[in-house]
Amino acid sequence: MGENIFTGIASGLSGLLDGAGVPVLWNDVILMVVKLVAILVFILVNALWLVYMERKVAAYVQCRIGPNRVGPKGLLQTAADIGKLLSKEFTWNKYWDIVPYILAPVLIFVPPFMIYAVLPFGENMAAIDMNIGLFYFAAVASLTSIILWAGGWASNNKYSLVGAMRVVAQMVSYELPLVLALLGVVMLTGTLNMSEIVYAQENVWFIFTQPLAFLIYFVAGLAETNRTPFCLVEGESEIIAGPYTEYSGMGFAMFFLTEYASVMLISAMCTVAFLGGWLAPFGLTFIPSWLWFFLKMYVMIFIFMWVRWTYPRLRVDQLMGFGWKVLIPLCLANIFVTGVGMYIYRAIGW
Amino acid sequence: MKTQTYTLNLGPQHPSTHGVFQIVLELDGETVVKATPVPGYLHRGIEKLAEARTYAQVIPYTDRMDYMAGMLMNWGYVAAVEKLMGIEVPERAEYIRVIVGELSRIASHLIATGAYAGDIGGLTGFIYTFRDREDILDMLEMISGSRMTFSYFRIGGVAEDFPAEFFPAVKKFIEKFPSCCDEYDGLITGNEIFQVRTKKVGVITPEAAINYSLSGPVLRGSGINYDMRKARPYSVYDRFDFEVPLGCNGDCFDRYRIRILEMRQSLRIVEQALEQLPEGPIMAKVPKVLKPPAGDAYAEIESSKGLFGAYVVSDGSPKPYRVHFRRPSFINLGYLGKLCEGWKIADVIAILGSIDIVLGEVDC
Repeated sequence: MGENIFTGIASGLSGLLDGAGVPVLWNDVILMVVKLVAILVFILVNALWLVYMERKVAAYVQCRIGPNRVGPKGLLQTAADIGKLLSKEFTWNKYWDIVPYILAPVLIFVPPFMIYAVLPFGENMAAIDMNIGLFYFAAVASLTSIILWAGGWASNNKYSLVGAMRVVAQMVSYELPLVLALLGVVMLTGTLNMSEIVYAQENVWFIFTQPLAFLIYFVAGLAETNRTPFCLVEGESEIIAGPYTEYSGMGFAMFFLTEYASVMLISAMCTVAFLGGWLAPFGLTFIPSWLWFFLKMYVMIFIFMWVRWTYPRLRVDQLMGFGWKVLIPLCLANIFVTGVGMYIYRAIGW
Repeated sequence: MKTQTYTLNLGPQHPSTHGVFQIVLELDGETVVKATPVPGYLHRGIEKLAEARTYAQVIPYTDRMDYMAGMLMNWGYVAAVEKLMGIEVPERAEYIRVIVGELSRIASHLIATGAYAGDIGGLTGFIYTFRDREDILDMLEMISGSRMTFSYFRIGGVAEDFPAEFFPAVKKFIEKFPSCCDEYDGLITGNEIFQVRTKKVGVITPEAAINYSLSGPVLRGSGINYDMRKARPYSVYDRFDFEVPLGCNGDCFDRYRIRILEMRQSLRIVEQALEQLPEGPIMAKVPKVLKPPAGDAYAEIESSKGLFGAYVVSDGSPKPYRVHFRRPSFINLGYLGKLCEGWKIADVIAILGSIDIVLGEVDC
């Protein structure tokens, strides 16, 4: 019950179009568009909900109540905020490099969206089941830094420029441990396809066989999404909001929502690579696979929020030092140990 | 490769300058080459305004200097006028002053501690200290009717005696507060990242601290044992048993840590003062119109930020001829420019936060 609800809708729609005499090519095109729109709606609704969740979690951590006025339990707070931001006037400043300034908040949503297209949300529930999924994830995720950098540069504000420089330095430094941590998983499975990685965890999740890789991935993920203790890019108390300083209204909201889309993405990737994706633990298969996926994803997101509201921020040189001197050597050690372990297991014939 | 430095105006509109304070930074990338503090955006001319007011009317202006510890600002001023007029303050009034003064000190240090956590990036600490500061403000409101600008001190005593509901409230607070301090230690002090960010950052050597006339936690963070309450006891401070916490490295962490330790000591003083609280009048016999004899007087107290001094000159009329305040935040800021050189932008915020300034007091 519920397990095949989404795949069922997709095949039902396909059958309906087939019955109406739509050519196979158009049938596929329409189906793909429907899937992508569904993903887009999914991201946006989740981002809205996550903003609310973040504020509630923060309030819980800080002995406060949090939003509780708009809608039941304040659930419509973010919707009201977005409404306000949408209605704001677009101001224009002659010192801005206007083309990249406007393009940055428009494009910032593209990389997360592109990655969601290959993510398996449940069994047979990837919009595109790409056989180089992990590689594609690493490649597309790094696009974000260019867009943020463009926004910071175009703002012609020194705080933004400092923030933009931090974006580039931080993203490049922490992309490496992120990818190298995932490499341990790839070595074990021998595939880059996300669905196959999930199937490979049927017996044991990779968080148990690759605990170090999981920790490194988590830390690097915090840095990739610019969350505390690595929120130097925004650094509210130093460089105010970094690349976002000059943005207001919906431009700012796009950056803001994208941050949550990225958090969700990093958590989803974590679920796929280390937490067994949609697979149900302890044989609890009566809960549909996609629900398991969300459950695991939200546990990760909660940990992200928990960390954010507990830790202070690192300094920029400490951040670089930690990335290059601690995380990357650890990653290489992990790869080495994994390789040796695999060789020994094979030699034993286990 | 040819590089050049650039100028960044940190403030006056900046979330971490604790008010309208500006630092003009000359930066090489993220490293500070030169830092020039620019105070003065909140200057209201309190010293000049005082010249057109009677002696009693100046008291509300002093509240607005260090509004985090208004009671202590009141105290410095009334102490100077009392010295000028030779007024003996009744014993009960002195004890009341000590109690509200120490509660104010705790409130001020709570803001310093919490805001410092916020400066380093951990906003939760900020909320926790504000939660507990609220208890103190409630108590002070019971006493004076006001949360921040108390104007509770009078020349010759205090405005009113403690109300009955104050005693259970303060007893509850004394019981509760040590565990709150443990909480800050756990959440902020013990955090690895916080320590990495603050230890060995912005080191003030003992010599520099003395040469630049620093005072308060900033001085004691460098390991110099000078607290007015112990070194030159005023009021009834010689009757209490308390310690002066000292730092050893003179870095941001020591300055921060000392405030938490001082809060624990202040609590001890409040506890002892409540036990010893004598019966009696709360106001000395002072004339309705205050006309101090011609002359001048200077009185100093240990405020939460350092040595707060008030200098009052009288020409025999009901209005002061000249009033001057030695504001500890302002003088502690004198070393900021030198201290920031060579550190990163983030460290400038950490150093400024560790000095703990209040702009109302800096600009006066």
